[in-house]
Amino acid sequence: MEVWALQLFNGLSLSSILLLIALGLALSFGLMNVINLAHGEFIMIGAYTTYALQQAALSFTGDPQSGVTFLIAIPVSFVVAGAAGYVVENALIRFLYRRPLDTLLATWGVGLFLQQLARSIFGAPNVQVVAPPWLGSALTVTSDLVLPIKRVFILALVTACIGGLYWYMYRSSEGRRMRGVMQNREMAASLGVSTRRVDSFTFALGSGLAGIAGCALTLIGPIGPSLGTFYVVDAFIVVILGGLGQVPGTILAALIIGMLNTMLEFGTTAVVGKVLVFAMVILFLQWRPAGLMRAKGR
Amino acid sequence: MSLTGLAKLPVLMRFALIGAAAVIMPLMLAACGSEPPPAPAATAAPAASAASQPASPPTAAESDTIKVGILHSLSGTMSISETAVHDAELLAIEEINASGGVMGKQIEVVIEDGASDWPTFAEKARKLLQEDEVSVVFGGWTSASRKAMLPVFEANNGLLFYPVQYEGLETSPNIFYTGATTNQQIVPAIEYLLQEGKTKFYLLGSDYVFPRTSNLIINKQLAAVGIEAVGEEYTPLGHTEYSTVITKIKAADPDVVFNTLNGDSNVAFFKQLKDAGITAEELPTISVSVAEEEITGIGAENIAGHLVAWNYFQTTDTPENVKFVSAFKSKYGENRVTDDPIEAGYFGVYLWKAAVEKAGSTDVAAVKEAAKGIQFAAPGGMVTIHNENQHVSKTVRIGTVRDDGQIDEIWNSGSPVVPDPYLDSYEWAAGLRELAQ
Repeated sequence: MEVWALQLFNGLSLSSILLLIALGLALSFGLMNVINLAHGEFIMIGAYTTYALQQAALSFTGDPQSGVTFLIAIPVSFVVAGAAGYVVENALIRFLYRRPLDTLLATWGVGLFLQQLARSIFGAPNVQVVAPPWLGSALTVTSDLVLPIKRVFILALVTACIGGLYWYMYRSSEGRRMRGVMQNREMAASLGVSTRRVDSFTFALGSGLAGIAGCALTLIGPIGPSLGTFYVVDAFIVVILGGLGQVPGTILAALIIGMLNTMLEFGTTAVVGKVLVFAMVILFLQWRPAGLMRAKGR
Repeated sequence: MSLTGLAKLPVLMRFALIGAAAVIMPLMLAACGSEPPPAPAATAAPAASAASQPASPPTAAESDTIKVGILHSLSGTMSISETAVHDAELLAIEEINASGGVMGKQIEVVIEDGASDWPTFAEKARKLLQEDEVSVVFGGWTSASRKAMLPVFEANNGLLFYPVQYEGLETSPNIFYTGATTNQQIVPAIEYLLQEGKTKFYLLGSDYVFPRTSNLIINKQLAAVGIEAVGEEYTPLGHTEYSTVITKIKAADPDVVFNTLNGDSNVAFFKQLKDAGITAEELPTISVSVAEEEITGIGAENIAGHLVAWNYFQTTDTPENVKFVSAFKSKYGENRVTDDPIEAGYFGVYLWKAAVEKAGSTDVAAVKEAAKGIQFAAPGGMVTIHNENQHVSKTVRIGTVRDDGQIDEIWNSGSPVVPDPYLDSYEWAAGLRELAQ
């Protein structure tokens, strides 16, 4: 019984990680139709920002485990990755909006460039971020049901991100403009919305969310120049299953894939589990090509 | 963005899936992970030869330098591990040149980048052998890269020194294997664990040739003493989510986890194992692909107390090693570490030098003949090239990871172990040779 409770938690935790890495992509790919293969590299930028902050804190205070550093790293990662996204959008992607296939190749190139840049700056070997002590413990419910605090923290962080994104999209005037442009670009433009500005900010926001994911992933995963490649495929699968342009769809898709993957992996093996999930997603898309939720066009 | 039409969305998705597939394919196929394929391979300027290339390629006899190639991944995923081996080989060459070179000739290095892409390894090996006409190549890491280069070296009658522990079951006449084969790492590690009274083994590995072959051998070895592993699990290369695997391990309740995970997965596994509240005292793991260099990325506090099996540790106590570690650190920085493949890359250059000087020429057949029984006092102890299989005898060591990321030796084989790539000397391994062919 406890094993199942633990697996339920693991499924929820995997869903939250998937959602964290897919949320940014839901904006750049889902809302803007940019096939951003460099999304993983923005995650990597977030991870290295966290590492750099920790190194800086280490040289000032001599204490790498200061819990405050990690909390500061979350918004800083958001800003740094967002700024990088803003630059990439302005320098490259805005010229490619009419050629979505080319964004695939161009962002792939950007991804390779960013990976090699990280390698030149931080060296090829993996680096390490020391998790703050207050995240190091585990929540012992019963002797067999031990929940790592880090995973609980990531769950909370994702919830906060969704809350923030909801507020931005549905409660702020910037967000209203963004939704307007996504639903009908020409109409929004003719009503005086600067679509250029909205595009830049949407892409930067998506990149910033990837940065937050990178910061959180330093807690549980490797931190190296190519870490983005581990996550970018999962992020695409989640967004595509969710349906383009649908943040709620992305949330639902992350939940379904995370739960399904965890349960199937438990029943079979990690490899078979993943194959089964991919097969199910492909079958589902044959049946409903637009994904779980359809975007409404106006 | 003009694509507001709904009809076009599925098409877009198809593109994205193709893109996603392009990223995942090499990840799944390649050993030790990979990144999107052919990144243009950079040719680093050779340190020794600098700018001036002679107008016509001189033959070995008339020139006053000897050309050698170094071929590791300096970009891509595998550069994580291979860059350091490349550094160690350059160090050895620099030392040799400073002390008068090989047969009085300076070594000239041609550096190529395998870019973590196996066809690139083959292509660059061909370039080194045919265009640069190098006498020997030091290079490779993954079994996939070695297997890609093998036919090139055999067809061009070249010479490759391969510095990494591997799954055995191979003896190419054109390759010298300076890393451990299975009877110098995995087999003694299992023997050690059996001696320690472990009976419930859980085998965890990445899903490619090295872990699968290793576990095939381990299962045979365990079966010989009447033990069946309590679990065997493979995860895709680059896998970073281990919570379910850890649940399964808990449910199987093993005495020890035999870990053949490769690359970045180790970081995720050890971090998440610790987070799940499982300590090294409760459940020790033994790893065969985690050395000092990898421990830096995992974080010593996440893996402290766990076991590793190798032939060399940075802490290995020999006068040669004191010299090697200080030379490596003074060239590349105080915070750099040395480990087993780094050491194997380093002494491979010296073994080649000794063989060339004994042969009096860089001719491949002559060097191979001269190499038989050649010895060298390596940082990890005396190494000897085997007469037939071109592997080296080396001491086996098992150690525990310390809090500072260094490794304390807790057991060694006492004397160098003779390499036996097909495990012919083990009764339980009967049939493996046939399996490999």
